[in-house]
Amino acid sequence: MAKTDIGPPDYRQMLPPVVQRNYGRWRFHEIVRPGVLRHVSENGEELYTVRVGSPRLLDTDAIREICDLADRYCDGYLRFTSRHNIEFLVSDQSKLEPLLQELWKREWPVGGTGNSISNIVHTQGWIHCHTPATDASGIVKAVMDDLYDHFTHMDLPAKLRISMACCLNMCGAVHCSDIAILGIHRKPPYVDKELVSKICEIPTVVAACPTGAIRPNPKEKTVEINEERCMYCGNCYTMCPAIKIMNPETDGVAIFVGGKVSNARTAPMFSRLAIPFLPNNPPRWPEVVEAVHNIVQVWIDHAQKGERMGEWIERIGWERFFQLTGIPFTEKHIDDFIFSVPTFRSTTMFRW
Amino acid sequence: MANSKTPRLDELEKGRWPSFVKIMKRAAVKKPAAGDLLKQLELSYEEKVGHWKHGGIVGVRGYGGGVIGRYSDRPDRFPNVKEFHTFRVNQPSGWFYTSSALRQLCDIWDKYGSGLTNFHGATGDIILLGAPTENLQPCFDELSEHGFDLGGSGSDLRTPSACVGPARCEYACVDTLDLCHTITQEFQNELHRPMWPYKFKIKISGCPNDCVASIARSDLSVIGTWRDSIQVDPQAVAAYADQGLDIQGEICGKCPTRALSWHPERKELEIRREECVRCMHCINKMPKALRPGRERGATLLIGGKATMKESAFLGWVIVPFMKMEPPYTELLDLLRRIFNWWDERAKNRERIGELIYRLGMRAFLHDVGLPPVPQMVARPRANPYYYWRPEEVRSNG
Repeated sequence: MAKTDIGPPDYRQMLPPVVQRNYGRWRFHEIVRPGVLRHVSENGEELYTVRVGSPRLLDTDAIREICDLADRYCDGYLRFTSRHNIEFLVSDQSKLEPLLQELWKREWPVGGTGNSISNIVHTQGWIHCHTPATDASGIVKAVMDDLYDHFTHMDLPAKLRISMACCLNMCGAVHCSDIAILGIHRKPPYVDKELVSKICEIPTVVAACPTGAIRPNPKEKTVEINEERCMYCGNCYTMCPAIKIMNPETDGVAIFVGGKVSNARTAPMFSRLAIPFLPNNPPRWPEVVEAVHNIVQVWIDHAQKGERMGEWIERIGWERFFQLTGIPFTEKHIDDFIFSVPTFRSTTMFRW
Repeated sequence: MANSKTPRLDELEKGRWPSFVKIMKRAAVKKPAAGDLLKQLELSYEEKVGHWKHGGIVGVRGYGGGVIGRYSDRPDRFPNVKEFHTFRVNQPSGWFYTSSALRQLCDIWDKYGSGLTNFHGATGDIILLGAPTENLQPCFDELSEHGFDLGGSGSDLRTPSACVGPARCEYACVDTLDLCHTITQEFQNELHRPMWPYKFKIKISGCPNDCVASIARSDLSVIGTWRDSIQVDPQAVAAYADQGLDIQGEICGKCPTRALSWHPERKELEIRREECVRCMHCINKMPKALRPGRERGATLLIGGKATMKESAFLGWVIVPFMKMEPPYTELLDLLRRIFNWWDERAKNRERIGELIYRLGMRAFLHDVGLPPVPQMVARPRANPYYYWRPEEVRSNG
């Protein structure tokens, strides 16, 4: 039997020699050009990093291709970032330009540094998830095709972090992104009563509902849904496959904006609702691509240098954000869940 | 293209961003499972709905997690993805690899699985997408033989992750890679055998830029910081000014606490240590001139999570500053107390942030033995609804 509990491979065996020599002794870095970082250590040694966008879904051939490049230009060392980018670690400066040439030839995009968009963090969607309200990879591909030049050029007011989760479970944890793309449902689930009694644990299902919309029906060993209270989160479906929430006719996508996780200048912030619904329109989701493009462009046109999306919106006010982007403000934008009160305006200071 | 079986997905081969469809098509040439995945995905694109059945428990001997069961709901049409289970393979700290380690993984995965992967999943694991049930044990055996182990899934400790840290970042205030590896090794049982109320995530960032989004995405967030003054290289500051950086506007003007003053006549940057809240902005803009202080450690925050079910939370400060040096005894002991407190009190599927909200931060801090300090709150309460412990109350005193 195989050994268990050995834990992951020791990272120390994966570090290039230049990193081992300068571990904890890096002095500064600079962005040489979009996608290329130069780190300099206290003793003057240099390490170049080439950041490459990836679709996250890689086959073994793609990984071997990356390995070939790492062998040829990086003595066989590379890493990945928290946003699915590949980073080639080049310790020999003379190999930098040839690597960039080869990446260009092979159509791997180099970028994602400084005031650019980095890769979109995203989830499985229809490729491999059992609860999605939309696909993830398709939307990401279409949006990144559209924003491609902002990945390869550092021409934005500040960094831009977009993320995508295909349902409210938010495996992509999109809730603190400059722009969050979120798959949503819009109709209460259908309860297959016979199946509930066979395969679901009713107290768990009842407890799973954030708004208390699910009541047990002990007589029929099933549950009933108060449709007026249901806000279609799908948490009951996660607990009980007999409560069907996926609906090809009415599922779609919402857009949230203005979140960040970094502490730089301003505290971390949640993303907030901008567009309550856009239709699921595969294969290229033109409405979503257009909506994201518009928000990014308005931000480019109006933000000050260095201002993240949320910092810009907080400065100009949300009322002006809706005005400038042309996004209609609706009752859906006004919070009515349990922590809503601090989001209401309790001052006479606002803009027209 | 008239004969294409995937006309919708073919549209996603166009455009400049690397195409996952091209990758799936290439995998399909070698693996029938990848081919059926492609066809099932096309059906989803046509019908606008997913085609994976709900759940299904699979695993490998000795573990309760690490493999996610996945079954097609159309095995009649796509028999090669009838069973298409996922391995979560614990990544090395900081996602560093040698090409030989990656090739090893590729060889194993070509032998047992679909050839498709994610580098990486949202929690940080290497994701191996799609293997039939009968291949799970032999695949795991071979992974283990070559030094790989599975990550967390279900109600257990999820695979911890860390930013690049001191391996390639001058901002790192703690050894994120070592700490991540140490925590992962220390809690192997908790990682592999789900026995908790729900998931528990730990993420470690080396500085307040928080490149692994630990404050938003982990139940226990470790963020490197310092207590003394930012280190300044006056000559390098002057050099930035000479190169045209608008230090007054872009640096001092953006400082959240106005802790910086620029004296252009002397080309001197003054930092008032007691005003600085260590946000990283000035250091980010002038990395050649400014560095975190020398007295380094980490801030610990608890409760971060996404929306489901009581709302999303950003982590809350519970320890403003803790030294982070091997063997990390203070942190590991605190983690054990936190795990136990939560495990004994939480309802099924209640994250620790939700439990703290339900029972009160007061109860949490008291029970795990953390003293209340003003750094924990943005502001004190405005209501008079607070409790006294009986032993605190004396007549007129």
